[in-house]
Amino acid sequence: MSRPMFDEMNATPTEVRAHYENYARWLAQQPPEVMAARREEAEMIFRRVGITFAVYGAKDEDGSGTERLIPFDLIPRIIPAHEWRTMEEGLVQRVNALNRFIHDVYHDQEIIKAGIVPADQIFQNAQFRPEMMGVDVPGGVYSHISGVDIVRAPNAQGEGEYYVLEDNLRVPSGVSYMLEDRKMMMRLFPDLFGQNRVAPVAHYPDLLLETLRAVSPATTAEPTVVVLTPGMYNSAYFEHAFLAQQMGVELVEGQDLFVKDNFVYMRTTKGPKRVDVIYRRVDDDFLDPLVFRPTSTLGCAGLLGVYRSGNVTICNAVGTGIADDKSIYPYVPKMIEFYLGQKPILNNVPTFMGRNPDDLKYMLDNMAELVVKEVHGAGGYGMLVGPASTKAEVEEFRAVVRAKPEGYIAQPTLSLSTCPTYVESGVAPRHIDLRPFVLSGKEVQMVPGGLTRVALKEGSLVVNSSQGGGTKDTWILED
Amino acid sequence: MLSRTADHLFWMSRYTERAENTARMLDINYQTSLLPQSAAVAQVGWEGLLVISELLPTYTAKYGKDITPRNVMDFMVRDESNPSSICSCLRAARENARAVRGALTTELWETQNATWLKLAGYLKTKEFERDPGAFFEWVKHRSHLSRGVAVGTMLQDEAFHFYRMGSFLERADNTARLLDVKFHAVQSDFFGAASAQDQEYDFYHWSAILRSVSGFEVYRKVYRDVITPERVAELLILRPDMPRSLAASLNEVVSNLAVVANDTSGETLRRAGKLKADLQYARIDEILSTGLHAFLTQFLDRVNELGGRISQDFLVPTVH
Repeated sequence: MSRPMFDEMNATPTEVRAHYENYARWLAQQPPEVMAARREEAEMIFRRVGITFAVYGAKDEDGSGTERLIPFDLIPRIIPAHEWRTMEEGLVQRVNALNRFIHDVYHDQEIIKAGIVPADQIFQNAQFRPEMMGVDVPGGVYSHISGVDIVRAPNAQGEGEYYVLEDNLRVPSGVSYMLEDRKMMMRLFPDLFGQNRVAPVAHYPDLLLETLRAVSPATTAEPTVVVLTPGMYNSAYFEHAFLAQQMGVELVEGQDLFVKDNFVYMRTTKGPKRVDVIYRRVDDDFLDPLVFRPTSTLGCAGLLGVYRSGNVTICNAVGTGIADDKSIYPYVPKMIEFYLGQKPILNNVPTFMGRNPDDLKYMLDNMAELVVKEVHGAGGYGMLVGPASTKAEVEEFRAVVRAKPEGYIAQPTLSLSTCPTYVESGVAPRHIDLRPFVLSGKEVQMVPGGLTRVALKEGSLVVNSSQGGGTKDTWILED
Repeated sequence: MLSRTADHLFWMSRYTERAENTARMLDINYQTSLLPQSAAVAQVGWEGLLVISELLPTYTAKYGKDITPRNVMDFMVRDESNPSSICSCLRAARENARAVRGALTTELWETQNATWLKLAGYLKTKEFERDPGAFFEWVKHRSHLSRGVAVGTMLQDEAFHFYRMGSFLERADNTARLLDVKFHAVQSDFFGAASAQDQEYDFYHWSAILRSVSGFEVYRKVYRDVITPERVAELLILRPDMPRSLAASLNEVVSNLAVVANDTSGETLRRAGKLKADLQYARIDEILSTGLHAFLTQFLDRVNELGGRISQDFLVPTVH
């Protein structure tokens, strides 16, 4: 079945979009063997620098380990400044509303009383953390780092339109690739940056540190910030180490922390040192064995008690999952209106909820055309892309959805925009998305752009690195 | 700094140093095996190498009683089940580095990582079997590079001092073991008097020991005389200006330890200082009169204890 396509670079097979003209001209002048050499060079550098991720349960061909490179594509994804300005406004608006929503859920629940979000959607939700009821967090900020996934798809007029696909408010990852991809591009093609006014992103770690310090407990003027990692075997370990290093703070594991007299300390060579802000890259479930999963060794016993007393700040806050759950996603536009009294700037993708009988019927009848997602799934697991699946797979999933309708949502299969990408046979269009990283501290801010992920398999719409996705440098071209 | 970070830095440098010293010993055995010598002497050399690392039982369990150069090299270079093989040491060094990559300078991390990546290539392509000498050179060279990059790029803060402490504690241990085995091989113990057996171990034996610690030219420069076992022992135990000697290693351990001192480390520093002083004010004839083996055994015990105390005080402290 042929769907309308939107390519970021080529308006038609012979016509390049205005903001890509400069780059396309440059690319046409590059001998293929030079570009091939650059690709090899990039891979060698990534390997030496150790910018790798681990795939759960996977082994390298030679069995030597599970460290993989995320494929890096040489052709940048370019966004003109005026489009970015609108997107940025929309992101600030959306993240503000989401933070207001989480605060509301754990306090007065006005949005439930107003009948906008049904009570059972909150209280029956596995992501709702009753432990957070009535807990005040500094500045009322819950999601300090939000990774909002944005895709672009053609509308009826064939124009590309941006949609928010999901809000990642728990422990969104990928920002290190945004930074390393840029570093790599500047290393491989310094001349390109002389010719194009590309907005810089390298100050992200500074903004992040500023954000984390801004939400420290009131008890201290000089907060000690740490990054909490599950350890070096975690798939995103490189990023944890990278961010800690770039911010100049300690990278701690659960075993390095302990609680005493209602404060959190880390074990240092000079004795215990108090910790004020924890940028945790560990899921809620593993944070505190006394409150959540009792077998967890990745967290710190008693942490939640200290947190509830306001003696340590956890970033992102505990319980943010209630707002990025796929079953809550359809309500975000209404949240924006409810809390901010504004019209949403960014579109939501139209979403059918299995819990509504009408929607469910539509889902079951049109499954082969839809993308069906488990509401608590993440990372491209537990989903069905109807048009890309076999009849048997669709049937199988239909049974799964029928058995537990409230566990699923469905969306029309968006024809994600494509961007020219290096593949085995040369350069070909591949589907992409965009994850800007939105920081909320004293104010909501971000570096221009984000991480562009690309589905390297022909026709594939799944961009996750665990499913064979790659990344591209993202350019916001200043006017 | 974080205790765990210090611990990883300490072990990263220890394993790198250990890989280097293993390469040095293998190299020297390999080089001397190219000289005309009796099979029995060659056998003693390879066996000694296993004894140094306390690996003789593990080796015989795996390869049988037959000690062949090929098997020993295989066991000590690429055997992943042997925790002291060069492969295992470099892996452990890299894993420790990876665990604290954020605390390392970019250059140092990339050096450690590149070593590991290249090693995998070495072992896969059989390049090592074709030219063991070049491989051992490479291992030494990577260790030199790693040390140089650390000294040339790291902020001289606590991280640096734990890194250095690991290197020199390991070196003190390794040099002492080397001496013990090489002198022990001569007779049941060495008291400084050349016995009939000594004659069999000629110039080549003693110069091999010196070369394995890059001490041949140094010896010539210091003594300007024929090579005698007493002086070899003196050079490698007592000369503070010989960088791989016990005295030089202990000086570094103590000076780095003194900088990072905390509330609980007083006793550790005192013991390290005492060990250092014992070397500083010793004379080789005194040591030899009570027996070199006895001296080295005691030294190794004290170094080992020091390592345990450093762990206790800084690296894996039990707080509360």
